[in-house]
Amino acid sequence: MSTGRRTSQAMSWFANRARWRWPEIALWIAAYALVILFPSRALLFNEVAILALFAVSLDIVLGYAGIVSLGHGAFFGLGAYAAGLLAKAGAGVAPLSDPTLGLLFAALVCGFVGYITSFLVLRGADLTRLMVTLGVALIFAELANRMAWLTGGADGLQGVAPSKILGLFDFDLYGRNAYLYSLTVLFLLFVLARKIVQSPYGLSLRAIKGNALRARAIGIPVNRRLNAAYTLGAAYAGVAGALLAQTTSFVSLDVLEFHRSADVMLIVIFGGVGTLYGAIVGAAAYKAMYDILAAATPQYWQFWLGLALVLLVLFVRGGILGLVAEVRRRIAGHGK
Amino acid sequence: MFDRLTRRQTIAAFTLAATALTPLAARAEDTVKIGVILPMTGPSASTGREIEAAIKLFQAQKGDKAGGKKVEVIIKDDTGVADITKRLAQELVVNDHVAAIAGFGLTPLALAAAPIATQAKVPEIVMAAGTAIITEASPYIVRTSFTLPQNTMPIAQWALKNGVKKVVTLVSDYGPGIDAEKTFVETIKAGGGQVLDSLRAPLKNPEFAPFLQKAKDLKPDALFLFVPSGFGAALMKQVVERGFAADNIKVIATGDVTDDEQLNNMGDSVLGMITSHNYSADHDSPENKAYVAAFEKANPNMRPNFMSVGGYDGMALFYGALDKTKGDTDGTKLVDAMKGMAWTSPRGPISIDPATRDVVQNVYIRKVERKNGQLYNVEFETVPNVKDPFKAAKAGK
Repeated sequence: MSTGRRTSQAMSWFANRARWRWPEIALWIAAYALVILFPSRALLFNEVAILALFAVSLDIVLGYAGIVSLGHGAFFGLGAYAAGLLAKAGAGVAPLSDPTLGLLFAALVCGFVGYITSFLVLRGADLTRLMVTLGVALIFAELANRMAWLTGGADGLQGVAPSKILGLFDFDLYGRNAYLYSLTVLFLLFVLARKIVQSPYGLSLRAIKGNALRARAIGIPVNRRLNAAYTLGAAYAGVAGALLAQTTSFVSLDVLEFHRSADVMLIVIFGGVGTLYGAIVGAAAYKAMYDILAAATPQYWQFWLGLALVLLVLFVRGGILGLVAEVRRRIAGHGK
Repeated sequence: MFDRLTRRQTIAAFTLAATALTPLAARAEDTVKIGVILPMTGPSASTGREIEAAIKLFQAQKGDKAGGKKVEVIIKDDTGVADITKRLAQELVVNDHVAAIAGFGLTPLALAAAPIATQAKVPEIVMAAGTAIITEASPYIVRTSFTLPQNTMPIAQWALKNGVKKVVTLVSDYGPGIDAEKTFVETIKAGGGQVLDSLRAPLKNPEFAPFLQKAKDLKPDALFLFVPSGFGAALMKQVVERGFAADNIKVIATGDVTDDEQLNNMGDSVLGMITSHNYSADHDSPENKAYVAAFEKANPNMRPNFMSVGGYDGMALFYGALDKTKGDTDGTKLVDAMKGMAWTSPRGPISIDPATRDVVQNVYIRKVERKNGQLYNVEFETVPNVKDPFKAAKAGK
């Protein structure tokens, strides 16, 4: 086999992996169609889109780079405050209050902080990493609480008024534009993430996750790759936080609280780790369950949610997507 | 084949007819909806449960008719998270066409919904949150709970009258706590007293021991405390362990600390503690006796606290406003109807200040005593018709 042939084989393998399949296309069309089908639930869909982006960001860190983080909420919160403060500084007037600029700003701030903290995180093994990520998140939560002159402290940041999106679309009371805006950001960043994880760089991350020692032996710069992945995840989480701040025009200390980090971890595991789509499906399923259960029993919905999660984790490997794959395999098996 | 088609057509026709009719049925002219957003789970769940129980009691007692219309209550759980509060408020307004939004367990939650109230011109009835500035966030906010300055000023004045010269304050570090601290310190200073130190403990996962030790070392005449509803038991346990009484340091607080919901479990060590507040389950009036009896009957093992009364009066306010507008649900008209409304609540006479839309009420000085085997805040002094001092001072300037 000549080198040229091997290269072209590799290239076609990459091209095949990167091909868009019809269920993916259908999913995105359905996501956009939701706003027409259920216009009254646009606000909930908006939350799903934001949560999905946040989950995608954790999936990059957890599912691809294999860094177990219990403090990913730090970047979500930081992004929310960054975008919120920028919009407030602009007092609702473009260009400073333009939402797209807010997203960029949040991504830069969080990417920077993510890059710095990635060195701390990568110093230890799994359990140490868990503690470091948790610690970093706690530090940010306390900083935001203490710096009340900047963040509004426990009363929340008031007066966040983003201007029209690109000077064209206003955030309406129905949340329609908010959803379309968040969904579009999710889509664009998802396409980018999909490209990244399917690139040779993404494959090298998988190799590291599989066995860091061997990966190093075949010449992969392990720490540099992980730094980059953590930075990327942080920037993505920051954008998700920024979307929340802009579409609710409000930031409270809650964005930095531990339950955000825990929830998003749950969602990624729920949907299927290391699949990207699992993050989206997990977020949608989580919010849908919350919405249905909380409407039925405002007091005890957490019990049912907990039960569903325990059952899923116990009996299905690979989350919801794992379940789907299993069902498809069974059906295919029957066909033969 | 034909058969199947016709059946399918029939189903389609029925579905169409049903979808066409549903909105009509749901928007029936004689139903008015009020959306209540409460923390039903999470750390502030007790607030949500008290208010929900009070609202159900109110409807069971007064019926579901006001202003000639049927009042429907929709309760939503925001888990105490501000962005969810905001979304629920938005959905209630846009999808359920509620005539008012109500509830709001914490200050940030009330503030998060304020822009919705303004934008949609829908009254926002604050039944719990107590930071003074809340009613200024939107001209559609009306409050039936209390404000921290309102409840704090009387205890500061009482302390001055009872020979307290040097004080230390310890509050939770967030909006209401800072409100309480500011009011207490200003009142003491204006009365010639001395404030040795103002301590603030974090709101989340508080560890009071170091603060309490510091307060004790300063040897004040009195230590003033504020923590929100639900945190009182943890604080008082540590206060008792420090033994302030042995050093002749009076421990005084707002009634949030000796919350009726938890008081009975705090034990005899809190006996004799002096607090000031707008409501005690022990309040001596026929209205309150009836209220407490009905509440405890409907909810065994629960005692109504000040949160429940905020919810009960919030409903009374909404019913009263609907009666006044004769069922007109225009938000501006409803808020106008609420301004200046006055009635006798289980807590005593209350009214809505037409200028600030904030509640005006009696504040009582109480002492923890044992009655029929249970601990109660027994009222012994009344400061009548207290307006929120924070806004009164602003208006005076």
